[in-house]
Formats: sequence, C-alpha cells, structure tokens
Amino acid sequence: MSEPKDFTASMDSDSHRTPVRVAFVTRRTSPHVEARDDKNVMTYPEVLLRAAVAVEVLLLGLVVWSLFWDAPLEGLADPMLTPNPAKAPWYFLGLQELLHYFPPVVGGVIIPTLVVMALIVIPYFGINIEAEGFWIKDREKKMRVLGSVAVALVAFLAWFNVYAVLIPTVLIAGIMFLGAFASPKPGRLRRWLDSKPLSFWIMSWFLTAAIILTAIGTFFRGAGWAWVMPWSAE
Amino acid sequence: MKLSEAVVGVRNSRVWRSVFRAGTGDTNLHRSLAVQQNVFMHLASVKVRRRALDFGVTWYLGTLSLGCFLILVVTGILLMLYYHPSVPQGYADMKDLQFVVSAGVFLRNLHRWSAHAMVLLVFAHMFKVFYRGAYRPPREFNWVVGVVLLMLTLFLSYTGYLLPWDQLAFWAITVGSNIMSAVPLMGAKTRFLILGGNTVNANALLRFYVLHCVILPLIAVVFLAVHFWRIRKDGGLHTGEKTHE
Ligand code: HEM
Repeated sequence: MSEPKDFTASMDSDSHRTPVRVAFVTRRTSPHVEARDDKNVMTYPEVLLRAAVAVEVLLLGLVVWSLFWDAPLEGLADPMLTPNPAKAPWYFLGLQELLHYFPPVVGGVIIPTLVVMALIVIPYFGINIEAEGFWIKDREKKMRVLGSVAVALVAFLAWFNVYAVLIPTVLIAGIMFLGAFASPKPGRLRRWLDSKPLSFWIMSWFLTAAIILTAIGTFFRGAGWAWVMPWSAE
Repeated sequence: MKLSEAVVGVRNSRVWRSVFRAGTGDTNLHRSLAVQQNVFMHLASVKVRRRALDFGVTWYLGTLSLGCFLILVVTGILLMLYYHPSVPQGYADMKDLQFVVSAGVFLRNLHRWSAHAMVLLVFAHMFKVFYRGAYRPPREFNWVVGVVLLMLTLFLSYTGYLLPWDQLAFWAITVGSNIMSAVPLMGAKTRFLILGGNTVNANALLRFYVLHCVILPLIAVVFLAVHFWRIRKDGGLHTGEKTHE
C-alpha cells in the first residue's frame, strides 16, 4: 500500500476548474450507502408557503409581546446627568464587560477586530473534508502548537484577571485535548468530539465566552460596574 | 360565481397577465415561470431539495431574520411619519407616540422588539450555519456576505438606539462612541465624523437618523439580494451528508 496517490484531496468552489467529486471512505465510516431522499419541490408555492407561515408565527409572537410589554422610555437626554451604570444595548454588553478588564485599545479595538477577522476567515481554513479524527495526522506538532497557544491565552487572561473567560477556556481546551489521547474503546460522544475540526473548537469557545460575558454585563453589573446579584434590590 | 373562479378570472385578465406573465395553472411549468419571471423571486431557484425545508436543517432562522427585517421596514416607515430627528423634538415625538397617536405605543413596541429579535435571530442563524457546516466551500463567500449582514444588523440597531433621545439612548451611544476614540491614529477623527461633533449632540442625532433610515437599510437590501442569489448559485442549501435513519 505504498504506491503514491494519484489524486489530491482538496476543495474548490470553482466547479469548472475542479469538476470531479471524490468520495472518501475513512477508517471510521463504512462504504455502505443508504438511498438518499433527494426529491425536489417547487419553490412556488412550497417554499413560499412555508416561509410565509414561519414569518406569520414570528409576527404573531412579536405582536403579542408588543401588546403586553412596552419599550423603555426614560427621561429626556441630559448630558449633565450621567446614569450609573451607563449601559450599552445588550448585544454590546459583552464588549463593555471586556472593557472592564482590558485597556480600551485591547478590549474595544484589538479584540473586536480580531473577532470579526476570525469570523471572516473561518471558511478559508481547516476544512477537514475527510472528516477524519483531528488528532490522527501530525499529533505531536498539533499538541505542541495548540498547547502553547492555550497556555499563552490562559496566562494572558489570568494577567488581566478575566476569570469569566479563563474558566471556559480551560474547559473547552481540556475537552479538545482529550482527543489527543487515544481511548481504547471510544464511545459515540468521544468519536464525535474527536472528529471536530479546529474551527469547531474556536467557534464554541467564542460562543461560550460571548454568552458568559453578555450575561454578566446584563445581569450582574451595577453602579461603578461593580458586581451585583440580579435579585438584589437597587 | 364562486370566489375561486373570480380569482382565476382576474389572474387570466389581460392587465394581470401583463404584470405576471406566468398565468394560472398548477403545472410545474407555471410554477417555474412564477419564480423565473419575477425579478424578486428569481433570486431563488425554481426548485429546492425537499430536505432543505426540514425544520431541523435551518430552524428557519435565516427566514425569520428576513421576516424581522421586513417587519422593521414597515413599522419603521410608519414611525418616520411621526418622528423628527431634532433635539428635543425627537423625544417629544416619543411622548406623542405614547399618548397622542392611535396605537402609537404598539407601533413603537413592535419596531423595538423586532429589532432586538433580529439581532438575536441573526446571531442564532450564524451559529446554526456554522454548526451544520454550511459555511464550507462553495459557500465560503456567502458566509462572508453573512458577516457583513451581521455588522449591518448591529449598526442598524445601534443607530436606531439613539433616536428616542432619552437618557438610555444618549448614554448608550456616549459609552459606545467613547470606545471609538480608543482606535489608534484615526479614532478621534472617525468619532468626530460619525457624531458630527465632539460629543453626542443634535448633529449626531441627525447623522444617526440618516444612517438608520436611509444609508444602512439600502446597503442591507443590496447585501441581502447577494446573500439570497448566492444560496441559489451555490447549489441550494447545504443539507448535510446524513442519510435518513
Ligand atoms: C440580515 C441577516 C441575514 C439574513 C436575513 C439571512 C437570511 C438567510 C436565509 C433566508 C437563508 C436560507 C436558509 C436558512 O434559513 O438558513 C440563509 C442562508 C445562509 N446564511 Fe444567512 N442571513 C443573514 C445573516 C447571515 C450571517 C450573519 C451569516 C454568517 C456569518 C450567514 C450565512 C449564511 C450561509 C452560509 C447560508 C447558506 C446556508 C446553506 O447553504 O445551507 N447569514 N441566510
């Protein structure tokens, strides 16, 4: 089995240049193929009808919500009277929470820029089309590189006391590195985790951190951005 | 004459046919034409894979994001009939919506809550697309278009937040625009450009109003068109490699 491969595995969005499709049979999948239900339906009326029903249900929900809950309206804007705390809208509270830990250039500029850049490049790297275990190839090298990155990240977060992100970072990195150590009889969950590409781990880390930071900024911050319990009286 | 016959009669009339050329009938030809011959509909393909309509594939999150956008356009235009982007008239208009305009509170509520729902749904849509692997080639560019749409959604929501000109609005925008000054080199300049001054004032309100009601919605519509067109060009929705169990 040492003849050179006469193909390369790659992905390309240009179907004129790369018209060939290759099916990979990896060690964890079987070549058994079930018949696939590839039936088509007409956009008009099938898709339109479903979209209309979905939007109709959404509208109904929002109308009911709007009948019972009024949008907030405070007093006239007064530049001389700063409320404490002054909070951004909820979807920016994760960001505002970061500003509590980091200097403005880091929390307000560098981190958000990195997040947006990371979102943009996601589909361009680490695609793992062969869906084989993340750790099967280059295990040592990956462990070295990712291990250093994880340690650097944790040190950085500890330096700025960002424990709210540090803890999920350690947890998620831990689960990811679990895959590097072969288990004699991997269960279904374990196999599923092992097959995940790096982007999966980064995105899950980002999602977890974003939810935690947003929740803290929304519910647990009071005057002077001090920690308060949501149920404690004003 | 039955109603259904009347409807068919209208749809076959010369005037109707001059607008909608597809005509009546339940053959697939007619149904294809209904999509193909319509400048808006033809962003979508004529047929889709049945499986792409399964709830579990998309959770309809993209569709619901679009639904929010449409609700926001309609309620937003109605709100524009009552709102003046000036200090302190903008705030007085909020009070009028509350106490003078019929169903004014409801109109404002629906716009506001739909805006929050849209931000939430667009984020959810993004994560759903990611976790079902629909960002991978050949859909990588549509993912990038999506990131632009996410930014636009956030800017739209943020610019709208200032318009009521109450304490909540004023200080939220003040907090946000202060972050802008932290950008090295051009931070202060950018902030000045966006606010039309060094603080959040009447100029900022006018600029945010123009951004919120004209510039950003127009850009969003263009990117939405590209987004939907791209779904069609990328071979329809990604339905995954899973077989039916
Ligand atoms: C204004 C915001 C947006 C609207 C109205 C919108 C709308 C839609 C709709 C209706 C679909 C069809 C299927 C579905 O519901 O998933 C779709 C698919 C898609 N969206 Fe969005 N979207 C928005 C934002 C985003 C964002 C933020 C991303 C990612 C960063 C994104 C990436 C995608 C991709 C890659 C697809 C194709 C999925 C596939 O082929 O299976 N979209 N979008």
